[in-house]
Amino acid sequence: MLLNIKNLHVEIDGKEIISGLNLGINKGEIHAIMGPNGTGKSTLAYAIAGREGYEVTKGEIIYKGENILNWEPDKRANEGIFLGFQYPVEIPGVSMTNFMRTAINAQREYREQGSISGKDFLARMEEKKKLVEIHTKLTSRSVNEGFSGGEKKKNEIFQMAMLEPTMAVLDETDSGLDIDALKIVANGVNLIKNEENAFLIITHYQRLLDYIVPDFVHVLYDGKIVKSGGKKLAEQLEEQGYEWIKEEFERVS
Amino acid sequence: MNAEDQILDKITSSDYKYGFTTNIETETAPIGLSEDTVKFISAKKEEPQWMLDWRLKAYRHWLTMKEPRWAHVKYPKIDYQDIYYYAAPKRKEGPKSLDEVDPELLDTFNKLGISLDEQKKLAGVAVDAVVDSVSVKTTFKKTLEKHGIIFSSMSDAIKHHPDLVKKYLGTVVPYTDNFFATLNSAVFSDGSFVYIPKGVRCPIELSTYFRINAAKTGQFERTLIVAEDDSYVSYLEGCTAPMRDENQLHAAVVEIVALDNAQVKYSTVQNWYPGDKEGKGGIYNFVTKRGACRGVNSKISWTQVETGSAVTWKYPSCMLIGDNSVGEFYSVAVTNNHQQADTGTKMVHVGKNTKSTIISKGISAGYSNNSYRGLVRVTKRADNARNFSQCDSLLLGDKCGAHTFPYIDTDNKSAIVEHEATTSKISDDQLFYLNQRGIDTEDAIGLIVNGYAKEVIKQLPMEFAVEAQKLLQITLEGSVG
Ligand SMILES: Nc1ncnc2c1ncn2[C@@H]1O[C@H](COP(=O)(O)OP(=O)(O)O)[C@@H](O)[C@H]1O
Ligand SMILES: [Mg+2]
Repeated sequence: MLLNIKNLHVEIDGKEIISGLNLGINKGEIHAIMGPNGTGKSTLAYAIAGREGYEVTKGEIIYKGENILNWEPDKRANEGIFLGFQYPVEIPGVSMTNFMRTAINAQREYREQGSISGKDFLARMEEKKKLVEIHTKLTSRSVNEGFSGGEKKKNEIFQMAMLEPTMAVLDETDSGLDIDALKIVANGVNLIKNEENAFLIITHYQRLLDYIVPDFVHVLYDGKIVKSGGKKLAEQLEEQGYEWIKEEFERVS
Repeated sequence: MNAEDQILDKITSSDYKYGFTTNIETETAPIGLSEDTVKFISAKKEEPQWMLDWRLKAYRHWLTMKEPRWAHVKYPKIDYQDIYYYAAPKRKEGPKSLDEVDPELLDTFNKLGISLDEQKKLAGVAVDAVVDSVSVKTTFKKTLEKHGIIFSSMSDAIKHHPDLVKKYLGTVVPYTDNFFATLNSAVFSDGSFVYIPKGVRCPIELSTYFRINAAKTGQFERTLIVAEDDSYVSYLEGCTAPMRDENQLHAAVVEIVALDNAQVKYSTVQNWYPGDKEGKGGIYNFVTKRGACRGVNSKISWTQVETGSAVTWKYPSCMLIGDNSVGEFYSVAVTNNHQQADTGTKMVHVGKNTKSTIISKGISAGYSNNSYRGLVRVTKRADNARNFSQCDSLLLGDKCGAHTFPYIDTDNKSAIVEHEATTSKISDDQLFYLNQRGIDTEDAIGLIVNGYAKEVIKQLPMEFAVEAQKLLQITLEGSVG
């Protein structure tokens, strides 16, 4: 198993947000996580990426067979964990090109591969830009600065393509996208996907799942996965909303 | 043993042989400052009477002055009678090899990517006789001679070009100018003299590194640059490697004169020892730098990257006297731990259609304090003067301070003076975003800080720029997390 989350509890400022979550992901699989706002989807994503302030109080995150809870965020990234942010941050003054080159070289250094040549780097940029249909004018700007909401999301997919992660977590990459942008994002994921990597796609709507077909769909509610199924579950959620999940959950507990 | 090691070995062993038996310690002036000290210095340098007279006038004036306290910096009272004002460049008992040099210093050198040869030089390992560097210097000197350019130590210039020195010394920064400049005028140790003849474009960047006898410039450095009509020169001061010095007080003076259509570009990387993490030790750097654009269409451009010193007090300025003259000031000042910097510029518009640009980027971390202090003055006859100022502050952490003191003083209604200022912080969100892409926190800060300072860094000559970028990052090491 590539990623195995066992009985995970996460607190923010002493308040428990994730309470006993279990999730296993194999190579070559696409998992979708759905759930109402404020149930802890982003919290889960941050916990996997190792963000400070998201304190794991119980449980384990096993990745490639190792418990990664003590790993710094940059180590996790260099080991192949990628997080597509729900709200990508702007970094004024830092050009996309310099940013990507620094990131790729950090990864290569970690893997003892030596720096990428300027020529190879530019070739890789060109190739990946085409993949996500991202404009050259965007990569010549500062990171996310002055990007529209949709451009920021495409930029996340572009970075993912550049870094070729093993375990990609995409946090509501589909939110706020028009249908064309949504197709581009989905297409990007489908092209990057292979037998050696896996995706965890967090989404609020099942819309994206028309273009990226998940192997499993999980419903997150109140910090736990309360229901898992196949693509059908996503459709059911789209038709019936989350109310029945809440009712079912409250009845049980 | 390779050739370089052999030479090194030879030098170091001969240094041992002669250096220890000859007593050369007597070259130091008695402690404290008096007319005798000034006379002693002048005599040691075999200066002409006029030079001594000038020094003495400065000294007598200094006695009537009070140390300025208006800068936003705090430091203990300096006892001016407890300082040695002259120590001859003694053949000092430097480290014999890099093995004897502070490993922390070497670590920094490595991070800066400084070559081994260079490292030895900077750490004070005796390699002055290394064949290579001598031949480089000689070639360098020949090129300059061909163009009639004078580039020498101030002491040599006083000896060999007294008329030029007499004509220009103290005309931009008079000996009465301010407490520290006046002190410097009385006791200056040495420095550089540059003269670019009419119509000459200096083909190489002039750097103190290449100046013969530049090894020990001392704590009271005095530099004078004169650019005749239609000439151009780019001058580099300092170096990115950390500079240690047992003298705590540094009070340098730099004067620049630009005549008709002349352009002078002056770049500084200042990295004097800033003191330890608790703020102990470190250099007090009180500098007066001023350029006079005397000719029409002349231009003086200051670029500075300030990362060192415990206390910095420094305002490279431009007097825009000639019509259409241009003054520029590009500055990055970084303070970390307990460092304090009060730096900025003065742009004084006197001629018509004069233009000035001020780009100041302050970066504060730790417990440090970083102030921008600037004055834009437009005098009555300076019709159509233009100034644009951009003063940005970047804070790392919440224990440091950033302050901006922009003064604007205009006596001419046609002037257009624009001032913009921003204060920002490196956010945890930004750092985490970069971490998540595999970039560790120190590199992430380096990336953000260099992005922030880009406008200034790009003004530096290429090789300097690369080193300055690394330097910014190293200075801020350990400032977050
Ligand atoms: N930085 C934070 N500080 C305090 N509470 C937070 C923080 N981030 C999220 N929360 C809380 O955690 C819960 C889950 O948030 P989140 O993981 O963002 O949900 P989702 O992504 O599913 O919308 C919410 O109640 C939210 O208010
Ligand atoms: Mg969310």
